[in-house]
Amino acid sequence: MPDTLLFAMEATLNGLTAGVMYALVALGFVLIFKASGIFNFAQGVMALFAALTLVGFQSGQIPFSHLINAMFGTRLHHFGWNMPTLLAIPATVLVMILLAVLVERFILKHLVNQEPIILFMATIGLAYFLEGVGDIMWGAEVKALDVGLPKGMSGAVDDVTFAWFGYGFYIDRLEIWAAGIAALLVAALTVFSQYTKQGRALRAVADDHQAALSVGISLRFIWVLTWSIAGIVALVAGIMWGSKSGVQFSLSLIALKALPVLILGGFTSIPGAIIGGLIIGVGEKLFDFFMSPIIGGATENWFAYMLALVFLLFRPQGLFGERIIERV
Amino acid sequence: MLYREAGDFKTSYVADNQTFPIKFDRYGYYFLLGFAFLVMPLIINDYWANSIVVPFLIYTIAALGLNILIGYCGQLSLGTGAFMAVGAYGSYKLMTAFPELNIIFVIIIAGFITAGVGVLFGLPSLRIKGFYLAVATLAAQFFLIWLFTRTAWFYNYSPTGMISAPTREVFGVPVTGPRASAVSMYMICLCFLVVTAWLARNLTRGSLGRQWMAIRDMDIAAEIIGVNPLMAKLTAFAVSSFFVGISGALLFTVYLGAAEAGEAFGIDKSFLVLFMVIIGGLGSIFGAFAGAFFLIVGPVLLKLLLVNGLGWPTDLAAHLEIMIIGALILVFLIAEPHGIAALWRTIKEKLRLWPFPY
Repeated sequence: MPDTLLFAMEATLNGLTAGVMYALVALGFVLIFKASGIFNFAQGVMALFAALTLVGFQSGQIPFSHLINAMFGTRLHHFGWNMPTLLAIPATVLVMILLAVLVERFILKHLVNQEPIILFMATIGLAYFLEGVGDIMWGAEVKALDVGLPKGMSGAVDDVTFAWFGYGFYIDRLEIWAAGIAALLVAALTVFSQYTKQGRALRAVADDHQAALSVGISLRFIWVLTWSIAGIVALVAGIMWGSKSGVQFSLSLIALKALPVLILGGFTSIPGAIIGGLIIGVGEKLFDFFMSPIIGGATENWFAYMLALVFLLFRPQGLFGERIIERV
Repeated sequence: MLYREAGDFKTSYVADNQTFPIKFDRYGYYFLLGFAFLVMPLIINDYWANSIVVPFLIYTIAALGLNILIGYCGQLSLGTGAFMAVGAYGSYKLMTAFPELNIIFVIIIAGFITAGVGVLFGLPSLRIKGFYLAVATLAAQFFLIWLFTRTAWFYNYSPTGMISAPTREVFGVPVTGPRASAVSMYMICLCFLVVTAWLARNLTRGSLGRQWMAIRDMDIAAEIIGVNPLMAKLTAFAVSSFFVGISGALLFTVYLGAAEAGEAFGIDKSFLVLFMVIIGGLGSIFGAFAGAFFLIVGPVLLKLLLVNGLGWPTDLAAHLEIMIIGALILVFLIAEPHGIAALWRTIKEKLRLWPFPY
């Protein structure tokens, strides 16, 4: 088999695993968009915030220690103990739920019936606010996140592909785990929305706000619920990206990468988010592989957006999105 | 009492159609112009020019441009930073290719180049809208910045990848490069701002502006009553990009002097200008001024207070600044979705009745 084909196959596989990571962020977007029609720009920052909080809990940092030190001249930084991961993750989940309650209480409640564009800008404001809060709470330096997931090259994939093609593919074990966890997450979300009472209420709200209200579903509770779930999805995405490349500001830029994923998959479709993520992941790796000798590297920065732009011109509602009908 | 419009009678349509029909406004405007052109050059110094006044003037031009696109025509754009970069790199290429060309023409031509690029990236707006369009403009942002950092032709094969502005003169006074004085920098930016603000004001109250607003309020209905969406949207993109391009060219040639696309014109610039437009007030010329003033002066004041006043570390102050800007956006969107411009309208309303409100 020619080498180029083998390398391209490896790039495709790597693209698939990278695509799973994009899909993880995109999932959170889709959940909130379906339930409240809000395009949540802050999803990436929520992932960053969740990861920062998790690391902070694990290492026993004192929240806002920099601020307190600057205000009162003290020298606080750590409580002096380390929280086990199994305890730190539920604690972070609690923080994300609290965040959801606060967002509903102080922002969404006041913006009911506003135009979608205003809500979108409000989430941009929320993204900035959360980013500042995260930095002040836990410090802005790059942190390593370790929750005990395996890392490094996967020996099994290497052996199998070496036996088949005489060339071992390099795949990170973390990304295989990410794919498994993403599959679990989607399964859990599907079961939740199909078979539980709250899940059905959530789908009812997604379908029609007013009809849901009139049969006695509390819109405010559903919003808190959706934002909590989105926060938990953000935590999962934050753990995955954080374990891969450290917890740092660039994590929030992944949110921007999730936008083209959404456009491909459609804003309202969970399977769409997964497939869109995979298409973007594979597309940008293959494009970089074939085109970088010709037009220079780092095409990953823009390829996804350009793909989305071209795609939009032909199918504005995405692959799986609902048909857009406009009336005057 | 303090602000009155009664007794201000007009006897001709021309008088009734002027930009500032109320005497009070008109004299205030003349006073401001006089102050800006006659008094400011005498009192300005390097610190004021560099930290507040010149960036305020330059970003106001960008905010005016983005306000035309978002506030008047309703097309959300997140690519402002990249369009500023087009203006900057356009002016750089022109300055180095035609050294005799006057800097004023260089900046204006850079504006026209940006308008062309803006129309190109505005084409998708004919089919897509809202968030979808925002993503399309993100494509412009990332693609253009990538292009400027990767293609050596744009930065004249300089080994650092930076572009730096050579010295150019207007009427024998250097306005760009290291020899430019604070006064000359201030004056050239002020002249551009006055002309662009005058243009923006008159475009938005003319027939073109009405077409933009019709498209913004409901594009299908606008199309039915005879507004051509192709023309309206593309002219909005062209005019907006022209302003943003001029602002980018001024930022690079006059203010920064040297720039690198990824650093000086990244996505954070797009958001900064977007925030100016939101906080100032969507669809208001005064709002562009107010928003730019608020977001340029605010951080400077905050830094003065926290770093110089309380002795806090700089990075902490920077994080607090991000947080406060985010919170302000939220507060404005909730309490006053129409921004500082609407606050100003309320204040005028109160002043009219003062001291005898009913």
